[in-house]
Amino acid sequence: MDLLIQVSYYAAAFLFIMGLKRMSSPVTAASGIKWAGAGMVVATVITFAYPDLHNYFLMTTAIFIGGVLAWWTGKKVAMTDMPQMIALYNGMGGGSAAAISAVELASGVNHGPVITTLAVLGGIIGSVSFSGSLIAFGKLQGLIKGSFRFSGQNLVNIAMLAVIGLLGLLIVAGDGGGFGVFLLFVLALVLGVTMTVPIGGADMPVVISLYNALTGLAVAFEGFVLNNAAMIIAGTVVGSAGSLLTQLMAKAMNRSLGNVLFSGFGDTEAVATEGDQGVMKPIDANDVGIMMAFAEKVLIVPGYGMAVAQAQHKVWELCQLLIDRGVKVKFAIHPVAGRMPGHMNVLLAEAGVPYDLIYDEDEINAEFETTDVALVIGANDVVNPVARTDPASPIFGMPILNADKARNCIVVKRGQGAGFSGIQNALFFLDNTRMLYGDGQAMASELIQAVKSL
Amino acid sequence: MIELSGFAALYIFMLAAFTGYEVIAKVPAILHTPLMSGSNFVHGIVVVGAMVALGHADTFLTQLVGFIGVILGAGNAVGGYVVTERMLEMFKASGDKN
Repeated sequence: MDLLIQVSYYAAAFLFIMGLKRMSSPVTAASGIKWAGAGMVVATVITFAYPDLHNYFLMTTAIFIGGVLAWWTGKKVAMTDMPQMIALYNGMGGGSAAAISAVELASGVNHGPVITTLAVLGGIIGSVSFSGSLIAFGKLQGLIKGSFRFSGQNLVNIAMLAVIGLLGLLIVAGDGGGFGVFLLFVLALVLGVTMTVPIGGADMPVVISLYNALTGLAVAFEGFVLNNAAMIIAGTVVGSAGSLLTQLMAKAMNRSLGNVLFSGFGDTEAVATEGDQGVMKPIDANDVGIMMAFAEKVLIVPGYGMAVAQAQHKVWELCQLLIDRGVKVKFAIHPVAGRMPGHMNVLLAEAGVPYDLIYDEDEINAEFETTDVALVIGANDVVNPVARTDPASPIFGMPILNADKARNCIVVKRGQGAGFSGIQNALFFLDNTRMLYGDGQAMASELIQAVKSL
Repeated sequence: MIELSGFAALYIFMLAAFTGYEVIAKVPAILHTPLMSGSNFVHGIVVVGAMVALGHADTFLTQLVGFIGVILGAGNAVGGYVVTERMLEMFKASGDKN
């Protein structure tokens, strides 16, 4: 039986790595998750055959409760709400790792200093990831509004971390006692909250990705405690892959990780520079329709605003009409379009846009100069040319899409206000820019009518 | 069970860390969200550990904590799988039938 268990865990680890590998290319991605899923089933089923276990009834009940709840919520959630759901499921994993640590530390079995240290570390990291992810979920879901900040907050967090570290040392030395273990977990849970609460909504994706990596690490540490190779390998792979993903995301948003965690720009109400930048020139949908229908090349620049207006289906319908007329249509996606990197691709895929029409910023940016019409819909900061030109701007240096370089730039926008970050957009005032005022979905429908009536 | 102790464990840790890095290193930005979700699913393996911890628990308190641990772990695994699969199912190339 021992051998069968080992073989199963070995197979699970292999399936996880192969699954992740396949998930890293759009062609094989859909099968990747199935490989990883098969690994999970194999590992879970064989664990029932583990020697010297009891409480099978509790085990089965718990798997049933957790599984059904997660299945139901996962099937129901809208694609726009995906980031917070990922945060929620990730927090559950962190909580689970913390629970393992708590049971092992409370069992009174002396594991020796190395294993106890790993159990303590996994418990701390798992707890921080659990409560922090729940806060991230609450913020993105709109349950927690605003960010609570007071001066010296970082100092309080560091002090708390120091106390947690001391408690951890006491536990490893064998002097912690039941109350010490209890206090360690309470403090770690509080730390997760106080670390996450000051961080603004715009930075949340980076934070979620960080907690994802941390949960992986906690799982790996608990794997050492339980002598379980599948947990060690899966946890470590996720820990390092997640760290890399966090860095890639932070870079795409032009933020350093330290900046995200300790400064809280994410929702500063940057005072819009109200300087006289000229006037915004409006245009109506009929003219835009004609312009697009007779263009050679059209680039669509979608932002989260498009998804909020549920306009992606209409936009794709419009693009299909244009493609039928022989217009070359491509989608230009900024790395942070949507609520996290790659989120916009998911939303477009949901509307049926094939992924080979969708281009990353560095693939497409050179093409704007040869583009007849750039249609900016629901995007704002990611097309703001001040990021290239004005060193005083908070977004200076952020990579942007060069929509301003297209021959004609059409911006679909509800009104004249500034964007998510509160920064005035210089693109709106350029000579080659026209503003199409209105709701994204309504305007897309009008454009469809305009093109159809030609 | 084979003991994964001392340097053998450290070697596994190092190699797995490099594996994770290499697997993700060349991934296009379009897959960042599903991939984060996918890696979130993979650490759902924690459910296995929570099952073992619950299986060893013999007091009411440890049974309770272990029980919650298994619920949370199962939620991580199942929820992570469902949302990842839903997202990846939608990625289609122009040639594919819809």
